[in-house]
Amino acid sequence: MRVDVDVDLCIGSGQCALTVPEIFDQDDDGVVLLLATTAPPELHDEVRDAASRCPVRAITPTDR
Amino acid sequence: MASDLTPHPVTRPNPFDPPLELGRYRETEPIRRMAYPDGHAGWLITSHELARAMLSDGRFSARSEFKRPPVSRPGADPFYGAPALPGWLVDMDAPEHTRIRQQLAGKFTARRMRDLRPRLDVVIDDLLSTMARKGPPVDLVELFALPVPSIMICEILGVPYEKRAEFQQNSETLFSLRVTADEASAAMDRLYELLRVLSGPGGDRDGLLAMLAEDGTLDREEIAGVGVLLLTAGHESTSSSLALSTFALLSHPDQLAKLTADPGLIDNAVEELMRYLSVFHFGVPRTPLEDVEFGGHLLRAGESITVSLPAANRDPAWFADHPDRLDIERRSTGHMAFGYGIHQCLGQNLVRMELRAALPALFRRFPGLALAVPSDEVPLSSDMSVYGVHRLPVTW
Ligand code: SF4
Repeated sequence: MRVDVDVDLCIGSGQCALTVPEIFDQDDDGVVLLLATTAPPELHDEVRDAASRCPVRAITPTDR
Repeated sequence: MASDLTPHPVTRPNPFDPPLELGRYRETEPIRRMAYPDGHAGWLITSHELARAMLSDGRFSARSEFKRPPVSRPGADPFYGAPALPGWLVDMDAPEHTRIRQQLAGKFTARRMRDLRPRLDVVIDDLLSTMARKGPPVDLVELFALPVPSIMICEILGVPYEKRAEFQQNSETLFSLRVTADEASAAMDRLYELLRVLSGPGGDRDGLLAMLAEDGTLDREEIAGVGVLLLTAGHESTSSSLALSTFALLSHPDQLAKLTADPGLIDNAVEELMRYLSVFHFGVPRTPLEDVEFGGHLLRAGESITVSLPAANRDPAWFADHPDRLDIERRSTGHMAFGYGIHQCLGQNLVRMELRAALPALFRRFPGLALAVPSDEVPLSSDMSVYGVHRLPVTW
C-alpha cells in the first residue's frame, strides 16, 4: 500500500501519529512526517483508520 | 414532510444522555430546520455522516460574524455577529486560522505530550495525596478534576499558578449561560488584560506565551487572545471531561470493574468516554458563505447551522451495537468529541494524556471511591456551554 500525505492541508492534529506511529510522525511544527511511503500488509487497516481519522483528509492510502 | 420549527432541545433524560429529541431528529431528518433564539430559522445537523461532511467542507465558515447562539445565552451575545477577537482562531477561516494554528500545532504534538507525562504524574500524585489528607467526603472537581488540567495548561503557557484564581473566576463567568452581556464582556476584557501582562516582558520565559512573543509572528494582542482561548479551553472542557468521566464510571460499576481488572483498556476507555459524554453539548456553529446544496437541501448564504456533536457521537450508523451504552471495549474511533476539520481541538492529545493518567491513578489510590450523595443530587452544569458537573462529592 502506498501512502501519500498533503502537508499543505495538515493542521497538526496528530491523529495519524497516534494511530500508526510506525508510519506517521510529526515534525517540530506539528506537521505530519511520513516515516515510510509504503505500508506493510499488517498495517493496512491501521493506515486506512488513520486516513479516516485525519480531520482534514490529508492522508491518501492507495492499494496496489 | 416539512419539519416543525423547533428550538435546540436542552432537557436531558439523565446526566449522561443528550436530549432524546436529538436521536429522533437523527433518525427522521438528520438535517432539519431549527429555530434560533433570535428568531432566525437555521439548521440542525444530527447524523455522523453529515456532521463529518460539513465540518471538513471549506464552504462552511466558522467566522463569528455569522454565528448565532443555538440556545439563549445573553452572555455570549457580544461575541456573536462580531469579528473574531485577536488570536481567537476558533472564529476564523483559512488562511487567518492557518497562520495562527501553525504557530501552536508544534507545541501540542503527541511527542511533546509524552515529554510532559512525568510532570503530569507528579501533579496527579500530589493532588491525590492532598485529597487523602483532607479525608472524605470531598468535592472531586475542586480537589482534582479542575486542578489537574489547570496546573498543566498554566505550566505549558507559562502562566504563574497564583494567577489561577483570578483567571478561573473570569473564565467561569464567560462560560456561564446565566450572565448578562455586559458581565461577559467585562470578564473577557479582564482576561485579555491578564494575558497581555503575562505575555509581556514580565511573564514566565519558558512558556508558550513567551515563545510566541519571541518568535514575533503573532502580535501582542493575538498572543493574549491565544492565551485566553487556550486557558479557558484547557480549564473548562478538560475538567468537565475528567469529572464527568469519573461520575460515569462510578455510575457504571461493571465498566469500572473491567477497567480496574485490565488497566490496558484505559486508552480505549478514554476514547469511549469522550464519545459517550461529548461535553461540547450544544455542538458547533457553521455558516455557508454562498448558497450550497447539502444533504438534499439548499442552504442559503448566511444561514446558521448547528452541528450536534453529541448526536453524531451516538449515531448507530457509525457506532454499531447500541451507541447509547457506555462500553469501554467498543471501537470508538471516528468520534467527534473534539470536533472535525481544521478546527478540531488543538489540545486533544493533552486531554487524552490527562485522562489516561488521571483516571487510573484516582481509582488506584481510592479503590473504594463512591459518590457521597445520591446521583440525582450531583449538580449538573447543563447551563454552561461545556457540559459537566459543578461539584462531584465523593467518599471512600
Ligand atoms: S492526522 Fe491529518 S492533520 Fe493530523 S497530523 Fe496527521 S496528517 Fe496532519
